[in-house]
Parts: sequence; structure tokens; C-alpha cells
Amino acid sequence: MSGLGVWNYVIIIFLMMIGLYMVMSSSNLVKKLIGLNVFQTSVFFLYISFGYIEGATGPVMQEGASLYSNPLPHVLILTAIVVGVATTAVGLALSVRIKESFGTIEEDELHTMDSSL
Amino acid sequence: MILEQLIDIFLLVFLAIISIAVLRIRDLFTAVMLFGIYSLTSASLFMVLDAADVGFTEAAVGAGISTILMLATISMTGREEKPLKKKGTMLPLAVVVITGATLVYGIMDLPPFGEPDNPVHTHVAPRYIEQSPQEIDVPNFVTAVLASYRGYDTLGEVVVIFTAGVGVMLLIGRRRKRKEGISNE
Amino acid sequence: MSDHLILRIVGKFLIPYILLFGLYVQFHGDFGPGGGFQAGVIFASAFVIHTLLFGLESAERIAPQWVLKIVAASGVLIYALVGVAAMLMGGNYLDYDFLAADPIAGQHIGIILVEFGVGLTVASVMMLLFFTFAGRGEAS
Repeated sequence: MSGLGVWNYVIIIFLMMIGLYMVMSSSNLVKKLIGLNVFQTSVFFLYISFGYIEGATGPVMQEGASLYSNPLPHVLILTAIVVGVATTAVGLALSVRIKESFGTIEEDELHTMDSSL
Repeated sequence: MILEQLIDIFLLVFLAIISIAVLRIRDLFTAVMLFGIYSLTSASLFMVLDAADVGFTEAAVGAGISTILMLATISMTGREEKPLKKKGTMLPLAVVVITGATLVYGIMDLPPFGEPDNPVHTHVAPRYIEQSPQEIDVPNFVTAVLASYRGYDTLGEVVVIFTAGVGVMLLIGRRRKRKEGISNE
Repeated sequence: MSDHLILRIVGKFLIPYILLFGLYVQFHGDFGPGGGFQAGVIFASAFVIHTLLFGLESAERIAPQWVLKIVAASGVLIYALVGVAAMLMGGNYLDYDFLAADPIAGQHIGIILVEFGVGLTVASVMMLLFFTFAGRGEAS
């Protein structure tokens, strides 16, 4: 039993919930995207912590090392980070267009405009 | 080894503090800059967890490109966020607390952090680590898995990135704006 | 930013090293941490710095958007064509063993080509994203 047990995961869940709260409670679209990114990063932490082995080296082959951390989560998350920034860029582009068409990116104002049409 | 885990917890708590600060700050410019710090801290957390490739990517993408894109966006959409309305915050809070409690309940059954005989380490990964020196002969296992064993997956990711680029150019590319300007005149 | 002399000089000094580092990460990805995804983003960040210091027009003279669009598409195409080449040589799609007489040499060729394709696409898409956002900001 190595000190940490599941506490690492508990903090990650806490981060995830802050991200979720930011997505749901903020009315500003850019702030929502930041929240989405916080959420996304905490999922990355979860995956990478699954791959971590106490006392292992990073997954690059070297003389004298026999225990490597799990390379599979690293691969999944590596591509997910770059895809994440690409999708964030699409979201930001959408908010720029919304700002240009409606003059605001606050969700509740957009909502009133939409229902008054 | 216990030191590594202490640093891990320390960085996670630090990240939690930064994200609470991002949540509470109304000024979007400050929020975006804090998010850049968040990304840089998470890059160091990835390094502590032995994921050098991932830390590398997060430092370049999260702290670099993503922050710059958000800054460019708030330069167009304005940097002030409207204050939250009191009555709108209760429902999200309730949903978040319930979801969090459920997830923590599920997390309790997970095997302890960092044990070498956890179920994740018993299936595909040992094969990659044992066979790839003979089959691929690339010292970096991450590259071997990324480009060769999971080549299909990576092809899909590259197509997603390309599609996102096309999407952004369709949404806010410049050529279209010029056409609209001409037709308006 | 044109009046920030120190930033301009230091930035100008840094850009070639960032580009060089990007290329190192790209081609050293087999041996140490790195690969096409990281290299592409690092390469693009050099152009971001250039744009911040010298303006969008100057950056677009070096990397015009039509070139970037072609490069972005050709990166995906290189990746997909490596798979087709492996099929033509008698293997499965993206099975690099068949790209050369020796399976390990084939794997090496395949990985380098594929990572090169990834690097091209990621670098040019990131540059295109930034140029598009910056261009919209200047227009409005």
C-alpha cells in the first residue's frame, strides 16, 4: 500500500466538477470554453494517473530499466490534447461569429433575443 | 518515490486553486492568462507522472496556441463577463455535487494509485513493451504505439485536426467577408 | 508591437532556434520524447511569435494561406498514401512491415513518413487557425 490510495483520483474528480460547474453556470461563451478545457484536462489527468507506476521510468527504452510506465494512455492523451485545441478553436470561431451576428456572447441575452424573434 | 507522489498531490491542489480562481474571476483576460498558468502547471504534472511526451504537448499546445487563440477571441468579443445571477447558480451546483458524489463513490473501488499490478498494466501494454523492440525497434514506445500499432487511430486524429482547420476557415475566413462587402456596396 | 525594441530583437533572435528545435523534435521523436504532433505545434509557435512582433502581413508573406492550405491537405494525404503503399506492396493498410525488404527497416520508413505527415498537417493547421483569428481581429 503506497500512501496515496485513491486520493489522487478524488482531487481529479474535484477538478472535473469545477470544470463542469464552469460550463453550466457561466453565461459567457468564452468562459464556458475555458471550463470545458478544465474538464478535459482533468480527464487527461485521470488517464495519465492510470498509466503511472510507482518507481517506473518513462516509456523510452533504456539500458538497465525493466519497469516502464504504461505507454497506451500517453498515446491516447497525446493525440487528444492536439485534437482538443483544434475543437476549442472551432468553438472560439463560433463565438466570434455569434458576437458579430448578435452583438453579444452572453448566453441569457442570446436566449432572450432568440425567443423575441 | 513518496516524494513524487507528494509533488503530484501538491500540483493537483495547486491546479484546483487556479481553477477556482478562473471560475470566480469576471475579467476574461485574467481568466485566460490564469488558464495559461493552469496548462503549464498541468504540463509539469504530466512530467511528474512519467509522461514526457504528453507534458511536452500540453506545454506547447495548452500554454501556447490555446491561450493565444483565446486572447485573439476576447480581443473581438470583449473582456468583461456579466456577473452571475444568484438564482441561476443553485441548479448547476446541485447537479455538480450529485455528479461528483457519484463519481467519488465509483472511484473508491479503483485499485490504488501507482501499483504495478493494476489491471490496466496487465493486458495490452506489456505486449507493446516486450514486443516492440523486436517488431519495430524504436526506443520511444509512445512513438511506436502512436505511429505503428495504433496507426489507424492517429490517421483519424490527423483528419479531425484537418477538419477543424477547414471548419474555422469556413466560419471566420476572410474571403467570404470580402464577398459580402462587395455585395453590400 | 513595433515600438518594443527589446521584444523585437529578442524575438528575432529566438525564432530560428524555435524552428530548429521543432525540426529536432520532429526527427528525434523515435529516440526520445517528441513526434509530429509536438513538432508541428512548436514550429507553428515560431510563426505566432513572428506575427505578434512584425504583424500579420509580414508573416503571411512568408507563409501565404494558399500554401498552408495545400500543406495541411498534403500532410493527411502523405499519411493515407503510406497506408495505400503498404497495401500495394502486399500488406494490410498501414502495415509498414512491407514497405521495405526487412520488416524493421519498413517500420522505420513508415514511422518517419507518417510522423512527417502528422507534423505537416498540425503545423499548417495551427498556423492557419492563428492567421484566421488574427485576420478577423484586424478586419473588425
